[in-house]
Amino acid sequence: MGEALRIDRIRCDGHGLCAELLPELVRLDDWGYPIIKPATVPASLVEHARRAVDACPVVALRLRRTTG
Amino acid sequence: MELIPLGPDAESLAMHRQRVGPLPTAPSGQLIAELEASGLLGRGGAGFPVGRKWRAVAERSSGGAVVLANGAEGEPLSLKDRSLMAARPHLVIDGALLAARAVGADDIIFYVGVEQRAAEAALRHALAERPADVRGRARIVKAPAGYVSGEESAAVHFVDAGDARPTTTPPRPFERGVGGRPTLVQNVESLALAALIARRGHAWYQGLGHGRARGIGLLTVSGAVNHAGVHEVEFGSTLSDAAAAAGGLNGDVRAVLLGGYFGGWADLDEQWSLPVDAPSMRARGLALGCGVMHFLPAKTCGVEATARIMSYLASQSARQCGPCVFGLVAIADATRRLAARSPQPHDLERIIRWGGELTGRGACRHPDGAVALLQSAVQVFADDFAVHQRRHCVTIAARARDAVA
Amino acid sequence: MNDTILWYATRGAGVVSLVLLTGVVVLGIVSAMRWQTTSWPRFLTTGFHRNLALATLIFLALHVVTAVVDPFTALGWKAAIIPFSSPYRRLWLGLGVVGIYLLLAIIVTSLLRPLFGPRVWRTVHWLAYAMWPVALIHGIGTGTDPRFAWMLAIEAVCVGSVVAAVAWRVSRVGPTTWRRVPAASP
Repeated sequence: MGEALRIDRIRCDGHGLCAELLPELVRLDDWGYPIIKPATVPASLVEHARRAVDACPVVALRLRRTTG
Repeated sequence: MELIPLGPDAESLAMHRQRVGPLPTAPSGQLIAELEASGLLGRGGAGFPVGRKWRAVAERSSGGAVVLANGAEGEPLSLKDRSLMAARPHLVIDGALLAARAVGADDIIFYVGVEQRAAEAALRHALAERPADVRGRARIVKAPAGYVSGEESAAVHFVDAGDARPTTTPPRPFERGVGGRPTLVQNVESLALAALIARRGHAWYQGLGHGRARGIGLLTVSGAVNHAGVHEVEFGSTLSDAAAAAGGLNGDVRAVLLGGYFGGWADLDEQWSLPVDAPSMRARGLALGCGVMHFLPAKTCGVEATARIMSYLASQSARQCGPCVFGLVAIADATRRLAARSPQPHDLERIIRWGGELTGRGACRHPDGAVALLQSAVQVFADDFAVHQRRHCVTIAARARDAVA
Repeated sequence: MNDTILWYATRGAGVVSLVLLTGVVVLGIVSAMRWQTTSWPRFLTTGFHRNLALATLIFLALHVVTAVVDPFTALGWKAAIIPFSSPYRRLWLGLGVVGIYLLLAIIVTSLLRPLFGPRVWRTVHWLAYAMWPVALIHGIGTGTDPRFAWMLAIEAVCVGSVVAAVAWRVSRVGPTTWRRVPAASP
């Protein structure tokens, strides 16, 4: 049980705020689009992940409950 | 031969009934059980078990489901679907009708490529031969030309909104598809085979095939063969058997493209005895996909062939996701530079790195497929790529040598 | 004595609100242009943009309340809620009420964006380009004589900043022009 980051790749416009606010799990490729570590978000980072989700200008990032 | 011969004319309803008998009247539960027992795998490229797909849609349907017979055939090298629809439209229609009964659908859509005139004409004519209640439930929708318009969410999106670009999934069409209803998107060859299995039972299909493989299917064989075209094979026969079915090789061949642009290259010597069968090929890291087999003549440079394919795939991006738009274009441009023997200093490294970063970062599997093709090329044509990075080409050198020999 | 304090509070809060709103609009444009440096990441721009907008609400509340309860202006709550209903400087005051409603619409759709969805949010947000001029014109129109130099200077700086930011926005090709019409979501 935990939370995982899900991204809507069509909505994502490469703004990059997620990478600024959650560099432990998100890095940007050569064109500014996020590469996200697929694992569950560690408990210590959940609050930062929520802020990253909130900061996305196009609501492309989501936190989803996972079963694993 | 079950599906072959294909053509030259479309069979009439009478010829069809004479050849395979009337439409079976088995109830939906039994149909789905037969398909599951037969082990029939989808022939659109993904190879998903057909029975399981029908069951998934049936479970979510309360009578208003939709069947989308997918004949868009976006793979440029593939001809089997249009040939099948053009020659045996009634078998495809039977498959769609059985699917509609099995999943509880009252809306049947035949999704045919806009440029496939013969297939469309044959289907129209065949539907006109059917009774009114069938005609009332079925319609033909012309898929726009383009590589991704046959992707299942793109097909649904086009029917709903006239936009043949893939959408974000979940939900997948079997949950929410056309008009928000559970939709069965099934390749036309899969439907044709289902129509045969419904008549003859799962044991008939299981009885076909060589070795541990089961069943039959259509391949589109092209390139350095004597009789390029659509051929039927029993799964489990080898790659050499497939070449023989196409009249044998007509020259030196080093590599073969398996599964179309969504598949990958394979070294011919290594894979000459490869059993042609989706599970066996997947176990070897290869793909049966939509059944394309293109034998590349040895006098054609593998890097050039790959560069042309990558440029095509980059141009066919739906342009909805940054990684695909920018990444695929960058990879295609770098591959083209390599093919032209004027690469930038780190082009080969770059395409490998970008490829690794691109997989899984689009809304659909288009970039993944392109990267898989590139990775297979870099492996099979490893020496050629290295030589091209040093601004030479082995194939061109060999051609020059042969010209003066 | 009381009246003067209320009157100054109204004008002061009004000026502060205009300055804050100018900051909000400029930061919104900076955000859309994706501007950043190594020491100024983008989340600072969006963070300030939001916080200044919320701070503006506080000063606007002060501005409205002090204006309404001030016995000298005799405005009454109706004037603050129904635009163009006050006989005192009907047009300019009315614009102020309209401006606040536009701002509230923008803020509410932003705070509840998951509920409204990105397309509604985006459409309403474009009203910012109407809201700011309305606020400015309200300020100029309801301003009392004489016009102090410092007031004119503040207005000039606000107008100059927004004009410069908008010119920057219009001059550069937008960040997402590589897209064609976005797909309709299922």
